[in-house]
This record gives sequence, structure tokens and C-alpha cells, in this order.
Amino acid sequence: MNGPSSAKRLLPELRTRLINPVLGKEFTLRMRTPRSMWALLFYLASIGILAFGFLYVFQIDYVIGTTVFDPGRSRTMFLFISIAQLGLIAFMTPGLTAGVVSGEREKQTLNLLLVTQQSSTSIILSKLVSSLSFMTLLVISTVPVFSIVFLFGGISPGQVGTVFAFYLFTMLSFGSFGVLFSTLMKRTMLSVITSYGLTLFMYGGTAFLFLILNLIIENGLSGQTSAPAYYGWIGYLMGLNPAAALVSIFEPGLSDSIFRAGWRLGMANSANAPIQLWQEYFIVYSVLTVIAILLSIRRIRPVPNRKRKKVAG
Amino acid sequence: MTEPMARAEALEQPDSADRPMVEIRGLTKRFGQFQALRSIDLTIRRGTVFGFIGPNGAGKSTTMAILATLLLPDDGIVRIDGIDVTEHPKEVRKRIGYMPDFFGVYDQFRTTEYLHFYGASCGIPRAEREALIPQLLELVNLSDKKDAYVDTLSRGMKQRLCLARCLVHDPDLLILDEPASGLDPRARIEMREIMKELKAMGKTIIISSHILPELAEMVDEIGVIEQGRMIAQGSVADIQHRLQAGRILELRLAGRAEEAALLLEGEPHVGRLMVEGQLIRFQFAGGDEEQAELLVRLVERGFRPIAFSEAQTNLEDVFLEMTKGIGVEA
Repeated sequence: MNGPSSAKRLLPELRTRLINPVLGKEFTLRMRTPRSMWALLFYLASIGILAFGFLYVFQIDYVIGTTVFDPGRSRTMFLFISIAQLGLIAFMTPGLTAGVVSGEREKQTLNLLLVTQQSSTSIILSKLVSSLSFMTLLVISTVPVFSIVFLFGGISPGQVGTVFAFYLFTMLSFGSFGVLFSTLMKRTMLSVITSYGLTLFMYGGTAFLFLILNLIIENGLSGQTSAPAYYGWIGYLMGLNPAAALVSIFEPGLSDSIFRAGWRLGMANSANAPIQLWQEYFIVYSVLTVIAILLSIRRIRPVPNRKRKKVAG
Repeated sequence: MTEPMARAEALEQPDSADRPMVEIRGLTKRFGQFQALRSIDLTIRRGTVFGFIGPNGAGKSTTMAILATLLLPDDGIVRIDGIDVTEHPKEVRKRIGYMPDFFGVYDQFRTTEYLHFYGASCGIPRAEREALIPQLLELVNLSDKKDAYVDTLSRGMKQRLCLARCLVHDPDLLILDEPASGLDPRARIEMREIMKELKAMGKTIIISSHILPELAEMVDEIGVIEQGRMIAQGSVADIQHRLQAGRILELRLAGRAEEAALLLEGEPHVGRLMVEGQLIRFQFAGGDEEQAELLVRLVERGFRPIAFSEAQTNLEDVFLEMTKGIGVEA
């Protein structure tokens, strides 16, 4: 008889211990708006259309009884869905994070939150975790779509797990940039535009810059007879590109060929990449993420002027 | 930081009962080129209800935001209960309940959930909140709305809910920036009744409000701020005394108002004067006897008064009129 009532008491207790008030509020309010349901529907519909569209266009021949089996095609499909999902994440993350602080400021609820005992760290991390939790829900809900590739073989569950880990890391990084812009900028609109601008640059701008620089340098060297200076460093640009980093996990040769661009003039065709693209991505974005989170924590409340303090002291 | 340091700082101060609840010395704040506060000094004793008056942009909200740890001063010392707001903001936040002039609410919360959220954010354990929240809702007359969604509440109800939010951690000092702005007369009366109850509970209250005249009976002290300077501060009795030395009279005539104004300008006790059609408003430093004599002289000169009475101005209007220009930078 005691069981249900003690469980009833235990649940709120557990909730209090595990979820701080700001995180609890974010979870509750987020799931009470129809917007979340529509976001989930839009997301699943998009990834579903892309996956089934791929199947339709490339006509993967898997007919029971005919034993047609093409792991290579299945791998292409896996990469396609993975990159498509990465694109959707790039589209959703700024929208979910770039208004978390400025939105409260615009709704005039931020000051009420700042005069509570909640620390700046707790407010920022709760907002980030809550947004990322929703993103994680979206991504996890696409697992059945990803599972289509298992029907055709060629991909292990471990590889799917790696892709999902990559997504989590990317969401954390771009989410923390969104939170930073939202903290620094007073207007949500401005923060959202900046976040999308940065995302666009990291996804498209880095690849474009890499190609353009490669072309410019190659053209500049075309008439030169002496040994050209190594310009493989432009490969580092591609290490900042999330799509390139994701593909480099499954295609290790990609990093080599990107960095080998600098040797195209027949200098050293067998040279290896100094670092895998995904490794560079992980290192650079880890540092940027930590900086973004720390800056957000520092700037959400007024920062004491050290000079003034010194004079006062 | 901490808590121990902040307490130690507070202990260095006089005994907690004698220690002022708010102590401001030389408070200065700039926003770019705009000088919002110019070396403000202010002391508010424990248990006092302090009325803050001044026109829009005078610096009331900036001072209150600094007290609430939301802004940092450029210069000066601000202490609440002996604790420096810049050095130990977290300790200060435990002692204050802040209600800004404009605020939003989380519409998807129910009233009780809203208070639970702020209670939890202030570190109040759930069991305590369960007992406390019905009492708070009772205090602000929202018991019948405990399960209502916040977005279904009227503006007055939201103001009262926000006041309950301020009280959730039982703060010693309430900083209420225009708590009755935008409310209809009935909601204002309800707000005034709640203020009286809070005063009876021994809270120190700083309130800036356009309904200050309505609150005059419960306000102990008044401070007038204009263009970032505290130009007058004192007990209500002091201020009223000063006001009586400068009453504003209204004289409505059947005609010849301009001529009557010329006569009044030469009369003793008559100060600044303004003519609007057949209505003359003027400052008058005399008492009732002098006022009666003035009326007799006007009638003897052939003027035909329709009405002659003290203007129905509120404390704020009159005081601002009297102090016009004092805060202007030389």
C-alpha cells in the first residue's frame, strides 16, 4: 500500500534533484506549445521525404527473392541521409537557441529571472540543455528512418551511433553559438540572423573559400617552373566544415585528398593529411564551444568594471 | 565571494536593527553620453515605506535597477542591509523582492506553477512552497485563480501575481517600480490595500508610483528625483509643510481675467501665475485669512469670481511644480 504513495513523493524529489527550476520551466513551457509538435512533424516529414526520395530516385534494387545486394549503394544512401540530417540540424539549431536569452529579454521576463538565486551558469546551461534536449528528441525520432539502411546492409549500428554522436556535438557547438549571440544581442531577430549567418558560413562559406583559394593559387602557379610553396594549409578550412568533417569519419581518404590539394603539381602525391578533418573539427569546435558558453555566462548579468573596483579598493 | 564575506561585511556595520535597510552614497550612472544619476545620496530606515517620485526619465527606475543588482553603478556605494550590491549581489538578491515597471509572465504556466517556479529559483524547498503559495495567493486576492493559466489573468491580476512572486522568498526589502501603472481605479485600490498589509508585516518598501497621493497615508518618507538628482527627501509631514507654504489656488472669473492677473501679480503672497481663458492658477503662500482678504479685494475692484478654491492637484504634481528647474544642470 505504501509503494505508490512513496513513489509519488519520490518522483518530485528526484525531479528537484536532477532538474533545476530553470530547466524544469524550459521543458514544461516548450512542450506546452503546439510549435514543438509542428517542429517535430516538419522535421520527420523532411527527413522522411529525403530518405524515401533517395530510394525512389536511385531505385535501390532490393527485391525479395532476386538476391540483389549492393552495400556500396546502401553506404551512399547512409551518407546522403546523414548529410541531409546534418543540414536539418544546421537549419533547426539557430532557430531553437538564438532566442533563448534575448526572447526572455523581449518578453520582459529576464530581469525577473536574474533577481532570483539562480546562478548565471545555471540559467545559461539550462537554456542550452533544454534546447539541445528538444533537438535530441528530433534527431532520435529519425532513428527509424536511418534504420532503412540496415535493410540493405553495408552499415553497422556502430556507424549510425558515431553519426548520432557527431550530431550531438555539432548541436552543442552551434547551440552554444546561438546562446552566445542571444545573450550579447538585445534583439532576437538580430541574434537569429547572426546565428544563421555563421552557420551558413561554416557549412557553405568554408567549402567555397577552400575551392576559390585552391583555384586562385593553382592558377597563380601554373606558369611557374620552380617548386611552388606548399599551400596545403587551405585544407584546414575544410576541417571547419561540419559536412566535410562528418564524411571524413567514414571516408578517411577525404582528409588526405583535401590536404593533398597543395601538392597537385606533382610534388608529393602520397602525402598524408597532417590531421583528419573530423579531428580538427572536434578540437576547434570544442574550444569555441567552451568560449561561447563561458562568455554567455559572463555576459548575462552586468560585469563589474575591474578598473573601478581597483580604484575603490 | 561569499556568503561568509558578505555576512562579515554586514556584521561590521552597526547592529542589524539600527542598520539602514538602504544606504546610497554618491551614486552615479551614465548610459553613454546620458547622465542618468548624478551623485545620489539616500538612506532608508528598516520598516520604512519610501515613496519615490519624479517625472519619466528622472532616474527612478535606474536607481531601483541598481538596487535590484540588474545594473552596476559607475560610481558610488550602494548597500542593502549593510551589504554592497556590487560586491555581493547574490546575498543582496536574497533580501530583495523586485517588481519592475514593465514585466512579462510565462503565459503557459498556471498561477500556482508560476509561483512554484520562482520559489524554486529562490531556493525554497518544495514542501515549504506547498504551504506558502496558497497564503501568498490569499494575500494578493488570487486564491480563486490558483489553477488558471497566467495568460487568462487581467492586467491587475498579473500585477498582483508579480507582487506575490516578489514575496515568495520573504524578502526584507520590496522594490516596486510603478506597481499600479496601467491599472483601473478598482485595481489600484486593491493594490493599495495589499501595500497596507505589507507595511503591517514590517517590510521595508520602496515604491515609485503615480498613485503616490493615494498612498500618502501609508508612505513614511518621500524622495523627489529630477534629472538624476535627488532634489528633496524627507518625511511626509515635512513635505506637506513645505507644500502648504505654496498652495495652488484657482480663480475662475466671469470676465477680465487678464486684468485680474495683473492685479494678482502685485498682491503679497502670490507667486507664479498662469492664465487659461477665464481661469487663473497661482501659487499662494498665505493662509486662509489672507486668502479671504484677497477675494474681498478682487470683488471690491469689480471682478466677478465664479469660483475661488484650492486646486485639486496631487502631491506629485505640486511638488514637481514647486521644484521645477532645481535639477537643471547649471
